Amino acid sequence: MQLTKEHFEPISVDLRQAEEIKRPSLSFWADVWRRLKMNKVAMASLIFILLLVACAIFIPIFSSHDYYTTNLAGKNKPPSAEHWFGTDDLGRDVFVRVWYGARISLEVGFAAALIDLIIGMIWGGIAGFYGGKVDEIMMRIADILYAIPYLLVVILLMVVMEQGVVTIIIALTITGWIGMARIVRGQILQLKAQEFVLAARSLGADNNRLIFKHLIPNALGPIIVTLSLTVPTAIFTESFLSFIGLGVSAPVASWGTMSAEGLAAMKYYPWRLMFPALFISVTMLAFNLFGDGLRDAVDPRLRK
Amino acid sequence: MIRYLGKRIFFMFLSLFLIVTATFFIMKAVPGGPFTSEKNVPDEIRAALEAKYKLNLPLHEQYLDYLKGIITWDLGPSFTEKSSTVNDMIKRGFPVSAHLGAQALLLAVFGGITLGVIAALKHNKWQDYTAMVIAVLGLSVPGFILASFYQYFFAIKWGWFPIAKWEGFEYTILPSLALSAMPMAFIARLTRSNMLEVLSQDYIKTAKAKGLNTFTITVKHAIRNALLPVITYLGPLVANILTGAFVIERIFGVPGLGREFVLSITNRDYTVIMGTTVFYSIILVAAVLLVDIAYTLVDPRIKLSDTGRE
Repeated sequence: MQLTKEHFEPISVDLRQAEEIKRPSLSFWADVWRRLKMNKVAMASLIFILLLVACAIFIPIFSSHDYYTTNLAGKNKPPSAEHWFGTDDLGRDVFVRVWYGARISLEVGFAAALIDLIIGMIWGGIAGFYGGKVDEIMMRIADILYAIPYLLVVILLMVVMEQGVVTIIIALTITGWIGMARIVRGQILQLKAQEFVLAARSLGADNNRLIFKHLIPNALGPIIVTLSLTVPTAIFTESFLSFIGLGVSAPVASWGTMSAEGLAAMKYYPWRLMFPALFISVTMLAFNLFGDGLRDAVDPRLRK
Repeated sequence: MIRYLGKRIFFMFLSLFLIVTATFFIMKAVPGGPFTSEKNVPDEIRAALEAKYKLNLPLHEQYLDYLKGIITWDLGPSFTEKSSTVNDMIKRGFPVSAHLGAQALLLAVFGGITLGVIAALKHNKWQDYTAMVIAVLGLSVPGFILASFYQYFFAIKWGWFPIAKWEGFEYTILPSLALSAMPMAFIARLTRSNMLEVLSQDYIKTAKAKGLNTFTITVKHAIRNALLPVITYLGPLVANILTGAFVIERIFGVPGLGREFVLSITNRDYTVIMGTTVFYSIILVAAVLLVDIAYTLVDPRIKLSDTGRE
């Protein structure tokens, strides 16, 4: 067959069509969420954490038992239909006490993480943004405070202040924000040197706009990851303090105090140690696994 | 180098000074003195007691006195154990704690590196998954829970090890295991990710192309480079083990300084709390500095300088 000119037909090429965006554009956080959803372990941890929060809120409200009523006739009972996790040495229901403990652990964990975030972001943000002498002085102060062993500071403060949840949160955050400040400062220093900041500045953006509109949103990834790993540390420290007798005071139940009481009776009534211990461990595990998954989702290059 | 060291040491002393000062004033801010609990003490006796412990002096003199005491390494008497001083307690308790800590440290370092190297070499195989499950469990289960469970199963239930006390090697096994779990898990994860990074480097490919066997490559080229970041973790590791020992020693009845510290907290024995806090701080701050110096000696690529801050 002979090919002639009539066999060919020009296709109209519209350049504008090639530029058209066919798929919805994903924002950074939508992308993170997409990657996170693929990580089964992280999602399972997230669901567990959400369940834990819901149970900690609702179970103490709807349960027929409370955490402080003692019943000396029914003490140290093994788990049964009436008391799912058994009773302690004063006949209190361990199931409800565990959920009250969950409230305390979660309150302490989230509050400490949030306060660390706020102080750390302001301190690190200012140091990183202004640089020079300001940075030098602020980070020196942070370095000196950072050199003081964390747990010792916390213990020292707990010894002298009135025991309670608020005290624990104050003690945990008094030097706890430094890690966050360092992360924020590092991020801001790195971002500050990039072209988009120069562009924003030449368009007339002032410092506030630069910090809050450009620098902090871009640094948010590592900040959120650090935040998610601060929560289990705070939960651990709270239970540690309660375990050595410096946490919340009776009759309030915390996982740490319950473990300490359970340890004393471990030989005969092992369930009294088992349940709070299980809850601390699984909660820490869930937060750690979720934090790991979040880190991979925020920065896939870090995945090993 | 010298300039950098001088600066670091200066800041180390500044930190320590801050700790001592803060400890002193926090302890003095506590309402009531150490003798307020003994209710029926006549005024004369209390005055005499206060004079003996120099509590009748004005605050700034007490403070200067305390500073002088720390410089001459005299941490004062204990309020609850009348016969012994804080120095005695440290002399008695610290060797035990140091023994336990050293054992846990060795276990954590060698166990962690072994787990991490195995996981990296068998990347994405079952060995890797097993090692990482162990590591994430070790990071998540608090030391005092682990210690309680070891004690319940290995000592009470199955009777393989003594339950408590400190009278020989078999008494040291369970506490060391419990104390080393968290740092071991951390080191395992750190080693694994460093190993994976090193194994993907070109010089490993070169070594393979030269025809070196896997063992030589792993030991001579990979592990040596992967371990460098692990060294930086040794400072915090010492801190982790020393503070972790507070509860482990209590659970296993080990007569170390950590238990003494927790006891002094329960008894509100302020001089002991102050003394041990200062003592621990000195050790920890010095450990971090030593590790930083050791790091530069091991890795010649790193130069100590003032500008080396990120």
